[in-house]
Amino acid sequence: MTPFIAFESRVVPMPNNNIDTDQIIPARFLKTTSKEGLDKNLFCDWRYNADGSPKEDFILNTPRGQNAQVLLAGDNFGCGSSREHAPWALTQFGFRAVISTSFADIFKQNALKNSLIPIVVSPEVHAKLFTLPEDAKVHVDLASQTLTLPDGEKVEFPVDSFSKTCLLEGIDELGWILKQAPAIEAYEATRVSTLNTLG
Amino acid sequence: MSGSVRTLSQKVWDSHLVREEAGAPSLLYIDLHLVHEVTSPQAFSGLRARGLKVRRPDLTVATTDHSIPTTDRSLPILDPIAANQVAQLDKNCKEFGIPHYGVHSEHQGIVHVIGPELGFTQPGMTVVCGDSHTATHGAFGALAFGIGTSEVENVLATQCLLQRPSQTFKVHVDGTLRPGITAKDIILAFCAKVGIGGGTGTVLEYTGAAIRALDMEGRMTVCNMSIEAGARAGMIAPDDTTFQYLHGRPFSPKGADWDAAVARWKRLPTDDGARFDREVSIDGDSLEPMITWGTNPGMGVSISGAVPEPSSISDPLERDAVAKALSYMGLEAGKPILGRPVNVVFIGSCTNSRITDLRAAAAVLKGRKVNPNVRVMVVPGSMEVKRQAIAEGLPELFREAGCDYREPGCSMCIAMNGDQLQPGEYSVSTSNRNFEGRQGKGGRTFLASPLTAAAAALTGVVTDVRTIL
Repeated sequence: MTPFIAFESRVVPMPNNNIDTDQIIPARFLKTTSKEGLDKNLFCDWRYNADGSPKEDFILNTPRGQNAQVLLAGDNFGCGSSREHAPWALTQFGFRAVISTSFADIFKQNALKNSLIPIVVSPEVHAKLFTLPEDAKVHVDLASQTLTLPDGEKVEFPVDSFSKTCLLEGIDELGWILKQAPAIEAYEATRVSTLNTLG
Repeated sequence: MSGSVRTLSQKVWDSHLVREEAGAPSLLYIDLHLVHEVTSPQAFSGLRARGLKVRRPDLTVATTDHSIPTTDRSLPILDPIAANQVAQLDKNCKEFGIPHYGVHSEHQGIVHVIGPELGFTQPGMTVVCGDSHTATHGAFGALAFGIGTSEVENVLATQCLLQRPSQTFKVHVDGTLRPGITAKDIILAFCAKVGIGGGTGTVLEYTGAAIRALDMEGRMTVCNMSIEAGARAGMIAPDDTTFQYLHGRPFSPKGADWDAAVARWKRLPTDDGARFDREVSIDGDSLEPMITWGTNPGMGVSISGAVPEPSSISDPLERDAVAKALSYMGLEAGKPILGRPVNVVFIGSCTNSRITDLRAAAAVLKGRKVNPNVRVMVVPGSMEVKRQAIAEGLPELFREAGCDYREPGCSMCIAMNGDQLQPGEYSVSTSNRNFEGRQGKGGRTFLASPLTAAAAALTGVVTDVRTIL
């Protein structure tokens, strides 16, 4: 995993509460066996007309939606399914952080495993971010857990220390768990099993 | 988490801790890993890239459910992308030694239907699957939750997950459900009460007389939709109903192992005096049939209710959300939901495709004809449910009523397999999600119980089933 570096970006506002994973990437695109190519169907049903042409008023089809790395969404972003295709699609499109007042649990975990930072802010900061002019940029620094607004206001955001270390140092989670093999073996030695799926 | 007085979820958590370390999430051992074709291919690719094996194929089981047609199983899958995904799961399971109840297996079915019916799911277990409706298995007093594909890979490789403990949230449902009111109405009422994000960061425990009175299939319906309130999991303490259901299932413990297991399972219920971080109560006596009007499962009302007025909501984003949902659903603010025309009725999904669900729908449809304007799909949850339905004469009953009775799978719950609504169509669906486009691009979903769905099938409009029982 590539270590996470601080960055500056414009903000793409999507002022909808409860944006669910079926909107982020509709289920019909989950028949793939690879992680690639999901970005073209990110927010597909909001983004394209029935004939496949872009809906001109959808934010990702406007200049403001191009080459920005921060998505600003309403409350409870990522609710619904456990599909990791959601953060895969968002990061392939170029997003590196999503700002909201809250995130669904499974989405948040999936995002952190894909270097997509879920940034939780207060309702006041959230409302202020929605008033930013189109070209205004925010600065995201994971190391100091700070979101810096264009007027210089610094907002601290929570990230659990383990995920933060993994992201900053490029530590791979499975690699870390594999190193716990002795503890896993010790647990298995005392575990009472009532199941064998092999018959 | 440990203490002398603990909740059900804390007991299961504590007994699965492999390692705790300051500054890191806990390492939790997983007793049962359920796998399906949609969220696993990239995880198996990851194992291959690292040269890893599946650590415990004997605690892992796979089935094919999401992408497959619900038409004649002897025919090939016409969608080449779906066919490839289905073939890939078969290949992965063979290569890594995992038992797979695939398309042609006599035990194939929706992953959350076959886990319990084959006896894989047992009280006190930790159960995971790359699927948010894994919460279903909490009906047995298991700590069961959905995970992403990276975590599927972690569990395949190590049988462990890194997890942080959740808050505990008690959902107390007292009283006695009146005729026409079901488990589905309990969970839709809970989702409407707390909202789609109302349970975020928590593990629910459902308690109270109305929960204890439910059979296991009803309990699965309740726990299944815990995620629709944002909860990580939903659990019900095991009792004699649980043990009777599990006794004699193919993979349940046998003989002396069974007796020892039951003795352990009886120690799982929440201790007297244990404290929950949050609590909410629902009055089972006064529950009505519930139905959703909007575009998330928290947007529900009782069947005799009206859809909301956005103008009465003060929070601007919330007001906007309600207005957008009404616009998508083509509904007028403040108007009753009863009498809304319906194009499709779907009876199926991991929420409501078990034999008791089919029996409930059949009781309403028996000897009657569905409205000619409605396409009615009945999709059993598994081959086992299908066999039981045949033994009870249900397929004939459904077909004589004018329903399309199909082969087991997820079908129109997630609309990945060609079973879908056309743009603008309305369904009354026994599934779990009414998100925009969930049942097909532009489709509009009213979530309800099998009884309410069957009632709409007969009348062609949203109907209070109690008026025709």
